[in-house]
Amino acid sequence: MLEAAQESVYQVDDLISQDIDAYLDAHQHKSMLRFITCGSVDDGKSTLIGRLLYDSKMIFEDQLAALEADSKRVGTQGQEIDFALLVDGLAAEREQGITIDVAYRFFSTEKRKFIVADTPGHEQYTRNMVTGASTADLAVILVDARKGMSVQTRRHSYLVHLIGIKNIVLAINKMDLVDYDPAVYDSILKDYSEFAASIGISAFTPIPISGFKGDNITKLSDNTPWYSGPSLMEHLETVEVNQTAAQNQPFRMAVQWVNRPNLDFRGFSGQIGSGTLRVGDAVRIVPSGKTSTVSRIVTMDGDLPQAIAGQSVTICLADEVDCSRGDVIAAADSPPQSADQFEATVVWMADEEMLPGRPYWLKLGTQMVSVSLQAPKYQINVNTMEHLAAKTLDLNAIGVANLATDKPLTFAAYDDDRSLGGFILIDKISNATVAAGMLHFSLRRAQNVHWQATDVTREFHANIKNQRPSVLWFTGLSGAGKSTIANLVEKKLARMNRHTFLLDGDNVRHGLNRDLGFTDADRVENIRRVGEVAKLMTDAGLIVITAFISPFRSERDMVRQMMEAGEFIEVHIDTSLAAAEARDVKGLYKKARQGELSNFTGIDSPYEVPENPEIHIDTSIMSAEEAADAIIARLIP
Amino acid sequence: MTDPQTLTHLQRLEAESIHILREVVAEVKNPVMLYSVGKDSAVMLHLARKAFYPSPPPFPLLHVDTTWKFRAMYELRDKMARESGMELLVYHNQEAVDRGINPFDHGALHTDMWKTEGLKQALNLHGFDAAFGGARRDEEKSRAKERIYSFRTASHGWDPKNQRPELWNLYNAQKAKGESIRVFPISNWTELDIWQYIKLNNIPIVPLYFAAKRPTVERDGMLVMVDDDRFPLEAGEVPVERSIRFRTLGCYPLTGAVESEAATLSEVIQEMLLTTTSERQGRAIDKDAGGAGMEKKKQEGYF
Repeated sequence: MLEAAQESVYQVDDLISQDIDAYLDAHQHKSMLRFITCGSVDDGKSTLIGRLLYDSKMIFEDQLAALEADSKRVGTQGQEIDFALLVDGLAAEREQGITIDVAYRFFSTEKRKFIVADTPGHEQYTRNMVTGASTADLAVILVDARKGMSVQTRRHSYLVHLIGIKNIVLAINKMDLVDYDPAVYDSILKDYSEFAASIGISAFTPIPISGFKGDNITKLSDNTPWYSGPSLMEHLETVEVNQTAAQNQPFRMAVQWVNRPNLDFRGFSGQIGSGTLRVGDAVRIVPSGKTSTVSRIVTMDGDLPQAIAGQSVTICLADEVDCSRGDVIAAADSPPQSADQFEATVVWMADEEMLPGRPYWLKLGTQMVSVSLQAPKYQINVNTMEHLAAKTLDLNAIGVANLATDKPLTFAAYDDDRSLGGFILIDKISNATVAAGMLHFSLRRAQNVHWQATDVTREFHANIKNQRPSVLWFTGLSGAGKSTIANLVEKKLARMNRHTFLLDGDNVRHGLNRDLGFTDADRVENIRRVGEVAKLMTDAGLIVITAFISPFRSERDMVRQMMEAGEFIEVHIDTSLAAAEARDVKGLYKKARQGELSNFTGIDSPYEVPENPEIHIDTSIMSAEEAADAIIARLIP
Repeated sequence: MTDPQTLTHLQRLEAESIHILREVVAEVKNPVMLYSVGKDSAVMLHLARKAFYPSPPPFPLLHVDTTWKFRAMYELRDKMARESGMELLVYHNQEAVDRGINPFDHGALHTDMWKTEGLKQALNLHGFDAAFGGARRDEEKSRAKERIYSFRTASHGWDPKNQRPELWNLYNAQKAKGESIRVFPISNWTELDIWQYIKLNNIPIVPLYFAAKRPTVERDGMLVMVDDDRFPLEAGEVPVERSIRFRTLGCYPLTGAVESEAATLSEVIQEMLLTTTSERQGRAIDKDAGGAGMEKKKQEGYF
């Protein structure tokens, strides 16, 4: 095995010089793996990456010459080559000897091209690790064999797991410094296995290595005969990448841009987040719910019969349906949901701490909405995984919080679909990216845009009650007698074995609408909510009686529109203002006249008289009993 | 259900670049593509045409010219602008024109005035709020840490410590008035990826990348091509015909040639793979200010 691996390097060189086209053909078909290396400052991370670059011949002679010179000048490895100097980039950190940011490195082998995110192992740089991990298929977690598991090992493993990386390599490094002792390896492996299980990591691949000496990097080392493989490189070359796994999910693509060069062409451009799409597939636009079929998958190199997760495409649909940036085109039978309240894990990435209640921009897929966060339910100590009470999150803190968006967001749980579950938060003033987050679930699970058809229909509900559902909507000035008459009507209907429910204005304001006042905006919301409740009750087959002043015509009409034709019966309890004020059962008119109550209907807030109510009750000529009988006669002829 | 396919690395890189190009167009007001006529620009332009096909890319090309590029570069530039249906803007820093700034007499000032200052002036003149550039992370150490979206202050300054984290494929394009973004859609491509993509897609590139007999002189250990009669030959100096080609293209007096017989794309790639010096060694610009040369230039506003 050892010799075979070594030979292959020379074979590649031979192929390049003897048959470049064959080499290029092979290179062209390579897949790509993105991975992240995590370790604390001294775990030898930069050395490992430098070693991978060196062993895959990605270092040129001039770089090597510079490296040798630098190694002697500022290196930490005596006269030997300090591979770490290859990958430590910016001037500031070269001076400090610390990597301070995420750097991306490239190398390739015969089988794959690799992009490595090199991230700092520093205490305060959670943000960089989460950033680097977000695009990775795999994580290499480095442990110094001499020291065993550290606080950082726990933290890095937790973060990698949090970001959803399924392929984890535990690289037990610096084996050369513990004389390649299998007992050291076994002991660290045992500790790590226990820890990994405790945080929910179900599988990982342990490999004993020396980045400095090269053991088990590209080939199995003679120094560890007790280890049967694979080498790190072998593992990296064969592990499954996310892009492949994502194809087994339902089709979803966030629309980035509508391509409309002329009136004859309308295409929807985006990168496929998951699944496979074929011409002729049925798709649904979310959130509108409109369906169509795919007529073309357009590229500059000609139309495609199908496209898969990871590809950037332009789709044409058979029908003229509304669809624009921010919409999601999804498999018709498996669309994502929409909601406006969520629970999420939030990783805070800004110096300025999180402000609960402040509006931030939230970007998810191609959607951008305004969002506000509640105070965190708890913060997570990334070293111990303990939940801590917290009022806010500061730089590098991770917590779980509820958030509310100003518009519905098409989403998926992050665990199911990264492309519709991962988001960033942007400060509206500084424009900085202040946080990253992962959605868990929506808080109103029932609020699903795709109305669930139920087997027990509203007709069935009504039939077993042997009645026609309806809404008797009482409207009129305060003190007109709405509640009194409504109460009588319900009593009479109950005696007739009708199933009823009375929604009374004052009572609802003690519960459902306790948060609303008497401004115009609140009155509108008050009626909207009552309308929705009444609607649900008619679905359940009930005769609903409501007694609200409901002074505005437009809201009464709004509720009328919610109901089935003929089910909304507007009952105007008509009393003159003078009569109502003279009666003043609750003493409210007196208070309003004295200025102790504002926004009082009829005094300093208007009452818009119904133009064509189904039932008109003139209280100056009818008693409450007579009124109730008249209403029932109209309802049940 | 068919077996899942794994995209090749080039397919994934292409998809990522197209996604970035479309995000920028969807989220900024006035984007532009910086077009330097080199092979990286050629690939970036091709990706833009793919991203918006059948529409032409909805932004102009901007060439910040120094008047000292190779003649063959000007020819290809004009041809590609015609072919892509895009508007071509060519900018010359008037002060550099007036002062006759040239690479022979002015050294670092030449790059600074024509390119660094020229770029800032051109962006200000047109009010561009995003500029696509063809830089790659594998080119140079400080670029390995560069973001895809790189934010510049109203004075075009770059602060390496204050760049926004980029997670998943979510880019934050929010910015204040006057601020702009440099966007690098081919950040994750390597030199080999670029060449291979050019080959697979038959993308036109400047013929100077291929070996041919060309008139050359040696300056400071560098082979320089005598591309026009502005080249100040020393007394008695006669240009020598050599079979040369270029690994990168810039101002002809500042760009070192390599002696080569590689006359086809395959041969060029072969030579690149077997070569033992890194790509940018041919450029005098990287040698200024020691190891941190490029980083310093970026802080000053160079691309």
